[in-house]
Amino acid sequence: MPLSKLRGKVLTDTNPDLVCHDLTKDFDAFRAVDHVSFEVPQGSFFSILGPSGCGKTTLLRMIAGFQSPTSGDLRIKGKSMIGVPPNKRPVSMVFQHLALFPTMNIGDNVGFGLRQRGVARSEITRRVGEVLDRVGLPGVSSRRINQLSGGQKQRVAIARCMVLEPDVLLLDEPLGALDLKLREHMKVELKSLQAAFNTTFVYITHDQSEALVMSDNVAVMNHGRFEQIGAPHDVYHEPKTAFVAGFVGEANKIDAKVSSVNGAMLTLTSDTGTQMKVAAAGADLSAGQGAQVFLRPEAIELSKSRDQFDGDRNISQCTVSSVLFNGANSSVIVRDAGGHLISVAMPQTGSFADLRVGDEVFTAWHPNKARCYLAAKG
Amino acid sequence: MTSDASKLGFYLLLAPILLWLIVLIILPHIGLFVVSISEKVGPREFETGFGNYGTFFGEPLYWRTFARTAIMSIAATALTLILGFPIAYYIAKLTRGRTKTTLFLMCMIPFWVSELVRTFGWMILLRETGVISTTLQRLGLINGPVELLYNDAAIMVGLVYTSILFMVVPLVTTLDSLDDSLIEAGYDLGGTSTSIMREIVIPHAMPGIVSGCIVVFMLSLGNYLTPILLGGKDSLWFTGMIYTQFITRFNWELGSALGFLLLALSSAIVFLGLKLSKQSLSDTMGRT
Repeated sequence: MPLSKLRGKVLTDTNPDLVCHDLTKDFDAFRAVDHVSFEVPQGSFFSILGPSGCGKTTLLRMIAGFQSPTSGDLRIKGKSMIGVPPNKRPVSMVFQHLALFPTMNIGDNVGFGLRQRGVARSEITRRVGEVLDRVGLPGVSSRRINQLSGGQKQRVAIARCMVLEPDVLLLDEPLGALDLKLREHMKVELKSLQAAFNTTFVYITHDQSEALVMSDNVAVMNHGRFEQIGAPHDVYHEPKTAFVAGFVGEANKIDAKVSSVNGAMLTLTSDTGTQMKVAAAGADLSAGQGAQVFLRPEAIELSKSRDQFDGDRNISQCTVSSVLFNGANSSVIVRDAGGHLISVAMPQTGSFADLRVGDEVFTAWHPNKARCYLAAKG
Repeated sequence: MTSDASKLGFYLLLAPILLWLIVLIILPHIGLFVVSISEKVGPREFETGFGNYGTFFGEPLYWRTFARTAIMSIAATALTLILGFPIAYYIAKLTRGRTKTTLFLMCMIPFWVSELVRTFGWMILLRETGVISTTLQRLGLINGPVELLYNDAAIMVGLVYTSILFMVVPLVTTLDSLDDSLIEAGYDLGGTSTSIMREIVIPHAMPGIVSGCIVVFMLSLGNYLTPILLGGKDSLWFTGMIYTQFITRFNWELGSALGFLLLALSSAIVFLGLKLSKQSLSDTMGRT
């Protein structure tokens, strides 16, 4: 599939399903959600990614209606949801532990919402059967919840929401309880279910790979604020803040001081005295300021001799400190002249398969591969 | 050998409960049953037969009291459930941490005092010269003193009061185990408070409801003190009748028969209750 097709819809949709405007939530003195604004276009997969305690669950619970915002507006399909109780909102939620009703069989679980709406019994049976077909679980209506596997429970939980044809489906880290293999599998499956139902999904997670793989757009959240909203590709390759650069994906963080500015090219000196050049167009740094440099392990090239690199790059001589073999994600941790430990992705060509602890290597990286931010004060 | 040692340990641990069951429950009941099927034909002369049971069915006072005791106990159980459920729901679902412990403890505290003293407390409140009567007179709501004791309502109050803890405790335990997100999921899927209570909370709490009801029903049916003290001499409680046969009339044969009938009645009603609520005894008792 071409990449552009996977990217999905852009943020500038004229008729977004979900709009949050300046949403704030205070708990006594603690501000859990701090002036958050975003829009989610119809039929797109929107992820909110953040560490635990960043306020993402509070945000989701406000959208679902279990908590009311202190200030700000929340609109679904153009209608304000302030003061609307959760059972009157056109949203459904897949809970972290799924919250399937253990006292009911699967058919009754999925049909619960329809029963509340007073839909006729025969109609409920038909629609429950249909939605279970669509999630790939035909004919399980009369089974008990505990007869299902983890992945099947997940699909029942989604079917229970989708049978109500909600405008927005909220998912609260539903993959957290699954084992790794199944989680990888469910990522793909969730994405294809979303495409099949063409419903707007709002997904919260602390797992960056879940967010990057499934989403059309990712919002990175920290301390109640959105640090960046954008396509997964942009969030990964062009992080706007130091937090995003450090949180999304692996990155080497180097504390440094700006020693000179030449147009967009900065020259920095790390706290251990290593000189480096970084192309940072928008960083707005001046000489003498403290900075943080973020460098992806895969942006660093590895070589056994200095000769093969040209002069533009930051080259340094390092000693191998440890080799971490992890199949395609293998990496090498090297120690540079200043004593800094730097993680470098192992080239997949196999040419470094014989690398051992203590070997001398050269690392090189292009100035425009690193990201540079003003160091946080204090 | 370890298996022999662990076997010995198992039997040693089992011994007290077996002793309790055999010596204090099974043996007395066998004795009681033997006495109940002995008919007195003359001084110190007995014949085996079901004549004592026949006496019960022949005398309307006996079986009417029997039926009245059963119906009043069922009513007391229902009332305890209606009063206990909101209390348990509040403690289990709407409070947290310290408040929860305090409220739970406040339910327990009255039970540190003997049942006799608690019942006398109710008598102080309800009697003609009691707290409620005098207060109402002072407020000018009634003209003369009013007797609130010695009627069925007073018995009912006493029964509910003595047994409500045994309803609240199993209910709190089962409601505590209900995940809050299930209730939230119910609201999220469009449920109302009523439908969530009916479809999610009550089915989940069913084992607790049934075990609470069994305990409260048994306690009420077998209660002697409360009906006698609060109901007076006209209380007509079946345990009172058994007492009379044993102690006043010295008719152990009839008393034993009546005791056995009470046992049969409580077993039958509990069995019926379990069948109606589609619960099994091991489930409900195992959960709490």
